[in-house]
Amino acid sequence: MKLTGAQILLKCLEEEGVDVMFGFPGGAVIDIYDEIPKSSVEHILVRHEQGAIHAADGYARATGRVGVCLVTSGPGATNTVTGIATAYADSIPVVIFTGQVPRALIGNDAFQEVDIVGITRPCTKHNYLVHDIKDLARIIKQAFYLARTGRPGPVLVDLPKDIQQQVAEFKYPEEVSMRSYKPTKKPHIGQIRKVVKLLQKAKRPLIYSGGGVITSGSHQELTWLGQTLNIPVTSTLMGLGAFPGDDPLFLGMLGMHGTFAANMAVNNCDLLLAVGARFDDRVTGKVDTFAANATIVHIDVDPTSIQKNVSVQVPLVADCKLALAALKAETEGTLDEFDWVADHKPWVDKVQGWAKEHPLTYKDDTDGIKPQYVVEKIHEITKGDAIIATEVGQNQMWAAQFYKYNRPNTLLTSGGLGTMGYGFPAAMGAQRAFPDKLVIDIAGDGSIQMCIQEMMTVVCNKLPVKIVILNNGYLGMVRQWQELFYDKNYCATCMDAQPDFVKLAEAYGAAGFRVTEKKDVEKTLREAFKLDKPVIVDIRVEKEENVYPMVPAGASLTEMLLV
Amino acid sequence: MSKHTLSVMVENEPGVLSRVAGLFSGRGFNIYSLNVAPTLEAGVSLMTIVAEGDDAIVEQIVKQLRKLVPTIKVKDLTELKSVDREMVLLKVNAEDSKRAEILRIVDIFRCKVVDVSVDELTIEVTGDQGKIGALVNLLTRFGIKEIARTGNVAMRRSMQTDL
Ligand SMILES: Cc1ncc(C[n+]2csc(CCOP(=O)(O)OP(=O)(O)O)c2C)c(N)n1
Repeated sequence: MKLTGAQILLKCLEEEGVDVMFGFPGGAVIDIYDEIPKSSVEHILVRHEQGAIHAADGYARATGRVGVCLVTSGPGATNTVTGIATAYADSIPVVIFTGQVPRALIGNDAFQEVDIVGITRPCTKHNYLVHDIKDLARIIKQAFYLARTGRPGPVLVDLPKDIQQQVAEFKYPEEVSMRSYKPTKKPHIGQIRKVVKLLQKAKRPLIYSGGGVITSGSHQELTWLGQTLNIPVTSTLMGLGAFPGDDPLFLGMLGMHGTFAANMAVNNCDLLLAVGARFDDRVTGKVDTFAANATIVHIDVDPTSIQKNVSVQVPLVADCKLALAALKAETEGTLDEFDWVADHKPWVDKVQGWAKEHPLTYKDDTDGIKPQYVVEKIHEITKGDAIIATEVGQNQMWAAQFYKYNRPNTLLTSGGLGTMGYGFPAAMGAQRAFPDKLVIDIAGDGSIQMCIQEMMTVVCNKLPVKIVILNNGYLGMVRQWQELFYDKNYCATCMDAQPDFVKLAEAYGAAGFRVTEKKDVEKTLREAFKLDKPVIVDIRVEKEENVYPMVPAGASLTEMLLV
Repeated sequence: MSKHTLSVMVENEPGVLSRVAGLFSGRGFNIYSLNVAPTLEAGVSLMTIVAEGDDAIVEQIVKQLRKLVPTIKVKDLTELKSVDREMVLLKVNAEDSKRAEILRIVDIFRCKVVDVSVDELTIEVTGDQGKIGALVNLLTRFGIKEIARTGNVAMRRSMQTDL
């Protein structure tokens, strides 16, 4: 079958089972847009390319499938860079197609030319400039394969305009064979047995679970392990939802804004089982004192994550799902002879004691609305059954602390890069994947303004995303640092000059509500969540509320500032 | 801090060199020298990279290199017995009074004179770091006007008798 490059691209997408892509057209991709109406792939027109890449990312996080984004050359391509770096930092599988000037003009400073392959080299798992139409189908096949296998990540394919127009015989390759890319997947059984022995010896084991558990789809194995062997579980921001948030063994998040119980447990455990987590500095605090009394086992599919920040006694390079399944298989045989529950009980009691001593809480002592209260209400109303996206800042931390995630893929948040403006377009991508689910972006008044233009996209595509703005009139998280560590010098963090968010929603054709009194919070949220259209709920919360607990940057996890 | 010689076999696709070099610069790793050329196998290139760092850094470098999609194989030759060679061209001041002495040194070091003029000699030398270091030291007092070095190429020895 002879097809043009543009047709080949769409055929490949169909072969990959792509049902939707998020994009924005331009001269360098107009040939592709010419073909879209003839293909089964739906295209959602965003209002800014950053929206497209975050939406593809949100779609990927919510579904576990590869998200796809299509943009033009030059400025279209560069507008995706923040989103690519966001997906890269959190290991999210997305494939980005960028238009490029015709090959003859590459390197000539042509109109709308930019070396996007060069620009995105450090923030993609891999990227390609297609030089020969004969390679096109193979490259696309590889791009999807690379994006979702091993440690997942974004892969970019740059498509010169003349390649889109050239004609070639089309055949979609059946499999990918790359001698240079063979991620290790299977765990080493000797290491697995070693871990089981360590678990049996340990008096105070702790599981530290990360985003890798969610990406690899191993939440069931993790849950079995924690619950059957009676081991407390703490999680990174990215790992929330992998272990049931309302299980008494669950300690909540660890690290800078982690719970007292989680951080004390890390400090006191004698065995730390890290699964699909990478010892980020927001998690470890001062590295020298992190889990200083423990033997550390680290399971990760990416060998570069192991021994990077902390020294690990038992490294285990493997897909988390296969590794946890192997651990399950090995321990299942011990259930008769070894009383895991009784053995770990004193430790579990101790840890739960810490949780009782300093639960996650806040002082609800003013007439104003506490942001934590809003998040609690959202949890109560949705019964934990929504997909939550967050922006970045205090809103993100409160959404992590006060909403209990019982299922994986229900929290969409920029963990690694911390990208303001991520949540709303990500929510849009998730809503497209799950039209009947309640998808809520918990936002700050600063962050929401970074990709607010996608209001138009959600309205005209009937994606009824709910935005709840915890409006404190500040770039709250930065203000918190200024308050605590910079003598309250609130330089450039006051955001009290604001658009009228209700009118703004209405201007786009969405609904808007404003809440200024605590008694109206629940009622308004209920009403907003019922509406079958996009809504902004602008909630005026206490302006100077802080996120606690807090471990100051560079301090040990036990040096927590509490409520 | 010590020098490590890494032998890196890569698919010779466009941009592979900047991918490797970018990995070093982006992570603040220091490259001492880097040499790339094709191998016997079509489409495969061999890079010899001499990098500096403590053991933990070098371990990260090796893992990061392996993680790059076009990388086929990475060997740290430092622990192994290996043959290391570098080729250097040196242009040295050589007035008549000094010429005989320079030629004697060239002879002792088994180098070659590859270009001559009234008051200059251009010398080609191949050897390991020690030999090249010694020669450069000896010639410095005559005045080295120009120097061009290839950077190391290295290969693991066939017989690893001590291991
Ligand atoms: C794109 C981007 N720019 C700057 C920052 C730095 N930053 C982190 S949190 C924050 C404040 C966010 O304010 P807001 O969205 O109002 O949320 P709040 O903390 O008040 O909940 C800023 C500016 C960032 N994370 N991302």
